[in-house]
Amino acid sequence: MTGDKRLETKDKNMDYSSFLQMKEEFSLLAVMVFLLVYDIFASEKALRYFQPIALVLFAAHTLLNCVPREAFEVAGGMFQYVPMQTYVKTILNVGTLIVLLQAHKFLNEDTNRIKRGEFYFLTFSTLLGMYFMISAGNFLMFFIGLETASIPMATLVAFDKYNKKSAEAGAKYILSAVFASSISLFGMSLIYGTTGTLYFNDIAVLFTGTPLQLLAFVLFSVGLFFKISLVPFHLWTPDVYEGAQTNITSYLSVISKGAAVFVLFTLLVKVFVHIIADWQPILYGLAVVSITVANLFAIRQQNLKRFLAFSSISQAGYILLAIISGTALGMASLVYFVLVYMFSNLAAFGVISVIEQKSKKILMSDYNGLYQTNPKLSFVMMIALFSLAGIPPFAGFFSKFFIFSAAAQQGFYVLVFIALLNTIISLYYYLLVVKAMFINANESPIETVTSDIPAKISFVLCTVGILVVGLISTIYSQIALFSFGI
Amino acid sequence: MVIMSAAVTYMYLTERAAGNLATMLFTADTVWYAPFNIHYSVGIDGITVAMLLLSSIIVFTGVFASWKIDPLPKEFFLWYSLLSIGVYGFFISTDLFTMFMYYEIALIPMYLLIGVWGSGKKEYGAMKLTLMLMGGSALLLVGILGIYYQSGATSMNILEICKTNIPIQAQYYLFPLTFMGFGVLGAMFPFHTWSPDGHASAPTAVSMLHAGVLMKLGGYGCFRVAIYLMPQAAHELSWIFLILTGISVVYGAFSAVVQTDLKYINAYSSVSHCGLVLFAILMLNQTAMTGAVMQMLSHGLMTALFFALIGMIYGRTHTRLITEMGGLMKIIPFFGVSYVIAGLASLGLPSLSGFVAEMTIFVGSFQETDTFHRVLTIVACTSIVITAVYILRVVGKILYGAVQDKHHEHLDPATWYERLSVVTLIVAIFAVGSAPFWISSMISDSVMPVITQLAK
Repeated sequence: MTGDKRLETKDKNMDYSSFLQMKEEFSLLAVMVFLLVYDIFASEKALRYFQPIALVLFAAHTLLNCVPREAFEVAGGMFQYVPMQTYVKTILNVGTLIVLLQAHKFLNEDTNRIKRGEFYFLTFSTLLGMYFMISAGNFLMFFIGLETASIPMATLVAFDKYNKKSAEAGAKYILSAVFASSISLFGMSLIYGTTGTLYFNDIAVLFTGTPLQLLAFVLFSVGLFFKISLVPFHLWTPDVYEGAQTNITSYLSVISKGAAVFVLFTLLVKVFVHIIADWQPILYGLAVVSITVANLFAIRQQNLKRFLAFSSISQAGYILLAIISGTALGMASLVYFVLVYMFSNLAAFGVISVIEQKSKKILMSDYNGLYQTNPKLSFVMMIALFSLAGIPPFAGFFSKFFIFSAAAQQGFYVLVFIALLNTIISLYYYLLVVKAMFINANESPIETVTSDIPAKISFVLCTVGILVVGLISTIYSQIALFSFGI
Repeated sequence: MVIMSAAVTYMYLTERAAGNLATMLFTADTVWYAPFNIHYSVGIDGITVAMLLLSSIIVFTGVFASWKIDPLPKEFFLWYSLLSIGVYGFFISTDLFTMFMYYEIALIPMYLLIGVWGSGKKEYGAMKLTLMLMGGSALLLVGILGIYYQSGATSMNILEICKTNIPIQAQYYLFPLTFMGFGVLGAMFPFHTWSPDGHASAPTAVSMLHAGVLMKLGGYGCFRVAIYLMPQAAHELSWIFLILTGISVVYGAFSAVVQTDLKYINAYSSVSHCGLVLFAILMLNQTAMTGAVMQMLSHGLMTALFFALIGMIYGRTHTRLITEMGGLMKIIPFFGVSYVIAGLASLGLPSLSGFVAEMTIFVGSFQETDTFHRVLTIVACTSIVITAVYILRVVGKILYGAVQDKHHEHLDPATWYERLSVVTLIVAIFAVGSAPFWISSMISDSVMPVITQLAK
């Protein structure tokens, strides 16, 4: 078949020295290995500095790898780099950094101190998996990345293993993840069966939309839909979000989801470009269902982690609007949306996690009168929620506007309108939390919480992100500059 | 707090200075988001200047009306300033995106201002107001995106888009979307229900600013975006909205008659008066449109005065029900006299601002000679009579007659900041009412571009 011929030509071009070009991956791997060795061999005294060292190293890794480079291919097209990926990876890095900063206090508790090394190693493994998933140029590489990201994730979800809920969440996550992966794998095997190749570039040419190929596409995409937790593949989300430790939940809701939406977009416009008329309606339906169902469920939630779980499902639905457009504008809007969503969601989860650690309180009614005792935290929470709801001058307004704009450009006015109606519902439930914090009276509000310095840094980062990213257009222009490379 | 008010005053003065100079567009334009052709562009014309003047006066007096706000004064003025920024920004924007952004900026502080500092059913009122206005903005956003992409313009600037021709089929669905979107804020009939609940539960300064200025955003937006950019559809579809706004004019006035809460009376009267603004805009002729802008100005001033007075009276009597008040003219004469002036302005007494505005509107409306417009105009005219009924009823009930509650026999006289706030508004009402020509000529010049657009 033609595919095999292409494979041969690829193999001739193989050059092992080019592996070094995978700078981001190697740098993260170096950090991981160093931390693993340090955790095992360092003396008790030196271990006290474990977390600061880890954070500084990771921050350095983030900074070193934030400049986009020329596009290249490694391993005969197994690994394809385009400049846009640097932005996505940087967004993931910054998000991970914020999560780690927020988790600092949790990991310093006596019961968790011994597991710190594992926490960092597992988190970075999932991140590494996402890197490979993002840069994959071949379905095999893609699948390896996906699994490298999923399996450590399940361990992280069950991190607090003596907590029944956490253990249960871990089991739930791994079972549903494996199920989704296997369906996805079946899809990939059908893709291979119909095209004779696993390379993205070749499939793009050969994938013309025969019925079997359509089946393959649908099965394959289930794996990603599961990761993004779109309705109806979302059922694991609330339970896992609730059961997992809050910092891990925030990681799951932002980083894992952000990587997956980007990959979905790349695959759809790069590999499945010929069947655009087929996937657009599928995503259309998924977007409408996800946004609406998740919003309606979110109204009823009392537990704030479940609440944000449903909110994140509906946000994922909004992201689909950018994907549906299938244009460079949509791509830029998507990356920008993920960036803004990351800051907003991490800020909200950060507040929940510091309050949960202090008082073990997680219900919305516990937040009544929070402003009296914790004005700063309430303020951060409010900004985050307004940003999620898409209220200017916070960044969420801009990101939502761009997404709607990208969809409207392609003529999806009805979809935009449905999404907009849903923003009203979402504003309602976000305002419920704001109302609890600022308006509702409470005899005994949560006592004043003092967060440690890393957590404070993370809040400053998030707040600045939410306020600045929208108003400063250079960030968007930078992203848009490279979106045409897809 | 003093610093805050100084900042607001400063804003007021600069705006005022700009207002006196500007009779044409001061435009400034910076590229903001190039991929979407979004520019940060501002500019003002006569209508904007009138609106800015109105906003400045109301923001300024609102600060004095809430001089002793309690609790959390810092937060109150933070949100209050954000609200004012939204209002100013909206009026000066000539770019659809920035316009929409400022519209939403003005929206959210409302929730907290009403929810935290309001009274009565404040959570309900605040939530209803925010969600309904958000619904309006949802319609609006689809409208704006539609206008931009359908016109094929290379920028979201209104002045650029009006040079292009939006296809007539697109106008047919974009015009209602945009008009309804702004109409929600302008309290057009089926979408007016947020207004009474919201205004009744809001704190004084917020009621003033909201009824005085924010509702004008709706009228201004209908005028500047819906009619200016989509003139053909405006001609074709104006009859639907004329009926709706005609209903709001009369229905608002009738509702005001049966209310017993002072704030509800005034809120329904605002529905009626703002309905008149939209009604006049839809007449699509120069005189009526000028009258509409005059009405915005006049209604803004007098409704702000009403809400300020109601807030001050409520602060003393601790009731807003007219059945529980009486004889206040003797006890607090300053408020009594001011209330009468506000009432007279509202029912359109010559030399006060209301007369000029309503006169211009109805003269303009009668220029449309077909039966449909005639009938509607006559129906709308009846609102003047109904207005007189509810204004005089309230004045007679609460200011004269026997004192109803003996706690009301000794009430504190007006403080200096209350006097300052009230007097400023009264002076403005007299100024517009007795020397309307410089304002109305300024406005009618600026209405011309829309009229030429409509004649295309």
